[in-house]
Amino acid sequence: MVVNMGPQHPSTHGVLRLELKLDGEIVREAIPHIGYLHRCFEKHSENLSYPQIIPFTDRMDYVAAMNQNWGFCLAVEKLMEADESREFEVPERAEYLRVLICELNRIASHLLSFGTYGMDIGAFTPFLYAFRDRERLLLLFEKVCGARLTYNYIRIGGVSEIIPLEPGSIAEQNLLDEIEEFLDYFEPLIDDYNDLLTKNSIFSERTTRVAVMSAEMALSYGATGPNLRGSGVDWDLRRDEPYSIYDRFDFDVPVAVDVPELGAVVGDCWSRYKIRMDEMKQSIRIVRQILAEGLPGGPVMADLKAVRPPKGEIYFRSEAPRGELGFYIVSDGTPKPVRLKGRSPCFSALSALQELSRGLMVADIIAIIGSIDIVMGEVDR
Amino acid sequence: MLACCVIFVAVVPLLPLGLVLAERKVSAHIQDRVGPMRVGPHGILQTLADGVKLIFKEDHIPREGDKFLFVVSPYIIFACSFAVFAAIPFGRSILVSELNIGIFYIMAISSVIVMGVIMAGWASNSKWSLLGAMRSAAQIVSYEIPIGLGILSVVMLAQTLNMQEIVKGQDGIANWLIFRTPFTFIAFFVFFISSIAEVNRTPFDLPEAESELVAGFHTEYSGMRFALFFIAEYANMFAVSAIASTLFLGGWHGIVTRRAITLGGLLGVVIKTLFLVFVMMWIRWTLPRLRVDQLMNLCWKYFIPISFFNILGVGIWGLIFPKDSRLSIIISIAAIILGLIFTFGVLGKSLSKGPKPPPSSAERRVSATT
Repeated sequence: MVVNMGPQHPSTHGVLRLELKLDGEIVREAIPHIGYLHRCFEKHSENLSYPQIIPFTDRMDYVAAMNQNWGFCLAVEKLMEADESREFEVPERAEYLRVLICELNRIASHLLSFGTYGMDIGAFTPFLYAFRDRERLLLLFEKVCGARLTYNYIRIGGVSEIIPLEPGSIAEQNLLDEIEEFLDYFEPLIDDYNDLLTKNSIFSERTTRVAVMSAEMALSYGATGPNLRGSGVDWDLRRDEPYSIYDRFDFDVPVAVDVPELGAVVGDCWSRYKIRMDEMKQSIRIVRQILAEGLPGGPVMADLKAVRPPKGEIYFRSEAPRGELGFYIVSDGTPKPVRLKGRSPCFSALSALQELSRGLMVADIIAIIGSIDIVMGEVDR
Repeated sequence: MLACCVIFVAVVPLLPLGLVLAERKVSAHIQDRVGPMRVGPHGILQTLADGVKLIFKEDHIPREGDKFLFVVSPYIIFACSFAVFAAIPFGRSILVSELNIGIFYIMAISSVIVMGVIMAGWASNSKWSLLGAMRSAAQIVSYEIPIGLGILSVVMLAQTLNMQEIVKGQDGIANWLIFRTPFTFIAFFVFFISSIAEVNRTPFDLPEAESELVAGFHTEYSGMRFALFFIAEYANMFAVSAIASTLFLGGWHGIVTRRAITLGGLLGVVIKTLFLVFVMMWIRWTLPRLRVDQLMNLCWKYFIPISFFNILGVGIWGLIFPKDSRLSIIISIAAIILGLIFTFGVLGKSLSKGPKPPPSSAERRVSATT
């Protein structure tokens, strides 16, 4: 029978419609229909100046909005580098703040994916634990930039000065102390969550060996980020194509391995999920390194009169929590882009759903969607 | 007897209302929240408010669905869930009727609940509801077998189907049927877990899996009809816990022989039952959900063989110790303790090592530019 799952559904992570051709409980075909959250972001941006586009990028992957901002600003900044007369440099302080904030946002994003995945599989409690911890992070973000979910914080040339943070001030020290307090509180909880959910035998039975995506399949579908690393491919843009100041920090890149005690193989849902849990630990590591070094002084915004990139085009990619976020910008020298395309990591990962879900059961579809960790705002833009 | 009937009819329907509130509070505290706090002191009147709201909701019957079945199925489930209480003894003389076939009647009545579930799923005219109802029917019918076999091992020891007689033979904790033989100890856990499956609670709540089928077979129900399902579920939970505490945990006998103070009497039954209900809630908010085939796997490949083994064991025990004496109980408790040490000590150690940490990035490098 043909059943429609969604677009409104408690666990399709947004408005995803899945047309399921079922044979009893077995799925013969699962055809995703997207577009329910399409807001013509790319067309809008043709009529907006570059700084005006930044809030729109927030609303792409609204769970990890800082990373979206950053991806876009990096692309514009790289484009502007081509013209030497307009060259500018993002100040050190801004770079440190960017990495700090985006790694915290990575933790928040992975927390949400952990919570919702637990809820999809049926364990309701991790969702509340995840949101309790995420709440603390959102309060931190509110202290930094005034907003909880869609920040418009990272601007072209630096970060926004909407809440001034004087170098060496008490406010800055308080903020860094609060971040450290959060890390001290949160780091042992990751092990708790691993005990509660990751090592739980029911959870393992639901997610190990389900929808194994081989490395070739992941690469051919363009899956990136935790989905790619969950299939055993060791590739992380922060380490392999370092942008900003990532080359100064010491962090590991978790890649999936077989875990025979739980029955997990490389490329199954469990591996993809476990990568996210391990990545949170690495993000904590990076943030601790920043806190130990302290934020450098100086301005947070480059001396930029107007954002007017030279004629040309660029595709620049960065490692968002969900994968490789790319922006392709075509500029003709005016303050507004001719064409802006956002390469959404979730879109590519979602395209693999059809092949992954053939022959599995309905309950497994839920497990797959949760493990791919999609946010429809990004898929549809 | 009549007085008991009246009291039962008055009190028993109030139990699910209290349990709903208990569930909300228990789940809230497990999830690091507080739960309902506004309606009445600490949210005590929340269920009342919910009931009033549900009464006012629009009574929507799916247009193409089977109207008669749609209307009747909540009544069937509700009635059968409550009819079970007629045979459960809550005290030496607090019971509605002392049926000679008490436990058999309970099994039979609770089996009719499946009919109501299938009817609800069919009459909703929705593929998702139908899927949920089919799953639920398969699940309930399958798990009735371990329940029945668990009851059988108890009946073999007590040599009667009469619930009151079963309880009368359990005076004092050493005489509780759970400790009488090591096999009934195992049977208790099999019975309890299977009854969680009977009641469609997580980890067996696939039929009403919120994340998958919105609400399974009762998706299309609104207002008071949904309230009936809801109340029936909690009544069922309480009923199976009451049966478990009656059959295995001594019913209205306390820890000390015939002394009502130590978990005896009506209060004792209620405390034991509520404890089991609490355990059900605890499990619900801790564990994820099993997939349908894993659920069936568990029942047919694990619980049923274990149940058969239990019956065999009880039979052999009955041959060796035809009359329960101090010796038999001591041997039984020793066997139980040894079994627990073995399970948690030896097996637990080998299982608790957990997965090894992944090797660092330097050790493996799959080329990404294939």
